[in-house]
Amino acid sequence: MKKTLIAASLLSLLSFGALAADYVIDTKGAHASINFKIKHLGYSWLTGGFNKFDGTFSYDAAQPEASKVAVTIDTESFDSNHADRDKHIKGDDFLHVSKFPQAKFVSTKVEDLGDGNLKIMGDFTLHGVTNSIVIDTQKIGEGKDPWGGYRAGFEGTTRIALADYGITYNLGPASTYVDLILNVEGIKQ
Amino acid sequence: MFKNSHLSYGWLAIALHWLSAIVIIGMFILGLWMVDLDFYNAWYKDAPHYHKSVGILLALLIAIRLVAKLMQISPQGVGKRWEQKTAKLVHLLLYLGLFSLFISGYLISTADDRGIDIFNWATVPSLGELFANQEDLAGEIHEWVAYSLIALVSLHALAALKHHFIDKDLTLKRMIKPINQKKDLS
Repeated sequence: MKKTLIAASLLSLLSFGALAADYVIDTKGAHASINFKIKHLGYSWLTGGFNKFDGTFSYDAAQPEASKVAVTIDTESFDSNHADRDKHIKGDDFLHVSKFPQAKFVSTKVEDLGDGNLKIMGDFTLHGVTNSIVIDTQKIGEGKDPWGGYRAGFEGTTRIALADYGITYNLGPASTYVDLILNVEGIKQ
Repeated sequence: MFKNSHLSYGWLAIALHWLSAIVIIGMFILGLWMVDLDFYNAWYKDAPHYHKSVGILLALLIAIRLVAKLMQISPQGVGKRWEQKTAKLVHLLLYLGLFSLFISGYLISTADDRGIDIFNWATVPSLGELFANQEDLAGEIHEWVAYSLIALVSLHALAALKHHFIDKDLTLKRMIKPINQKKDLS
């Protein structure tokens, strides 16, 4: 009885795994980006991103709830196109990258909202602090690429409060949060 | 009196010495202060701008000073053999430290292809990003060399005071006013 149960659960796991295809995020070909925007003094958006990261996800259009995603970010690759600012942001007033060289996101649950819209819940670690966040995600498309591969791509957005991650440097009342804009294309393995 | 003699520094060396001393110490204090300014401080933008502008001019001043030093004789050393040797080594390290600061400082702010403005009069162009994480690495070097340089400056100043007050020799005096053999030492 016990054995059949284990066998059955193993089998379901296997079929489950077979259903949701595994993708590797195409950072090599730079068909993925992690961007942010934060208000400057409340007068404009300042944008930038992390140039180095990698990750994987699993996804099956027939069963979006089974999707999983994990991304690791090299915080030293922070880039806002201004060397003095980048140095400041990577220093101990903000990201403190010498102490916290990695940020990461690991999904814990995915909700299907229909029409390719997903709510991805997960743990986001930044500056050594982990919080659960929700990424509003939209599938942009999926299908064969012209070179014999298969790709699926998404766009995600989320908003995080800097103070939640122990970053308390005062940038003014309009700049307490950061919007993250994630563009992810995965190649099916 | 303008040029160095075997006995003393001349006015050129004295002027260049004290001008660079004031600027170097001022730059250290300015640098230390400006990195901790908060975002809403009125000096947040201007302090680094002045630090960079003065830094470029100081690099020129030190280059001129080095040329002036090499184009004339240096006064003979004072004190024991080990003191003279140590003094020479410290002088060499001071110059090396300064040029490390000029290069590392330049590399921080030019890592994004932007040049460095000298008081809005002129811009020193960027050489682009020469290595990965240039602004971080150059920043670390700039900070540690600055502390080391100030430690050396302190040693240099203490040694001068020791020569003046304990040994009662001409080491400090000849860097304040040129000493004339006939007039001053008869």
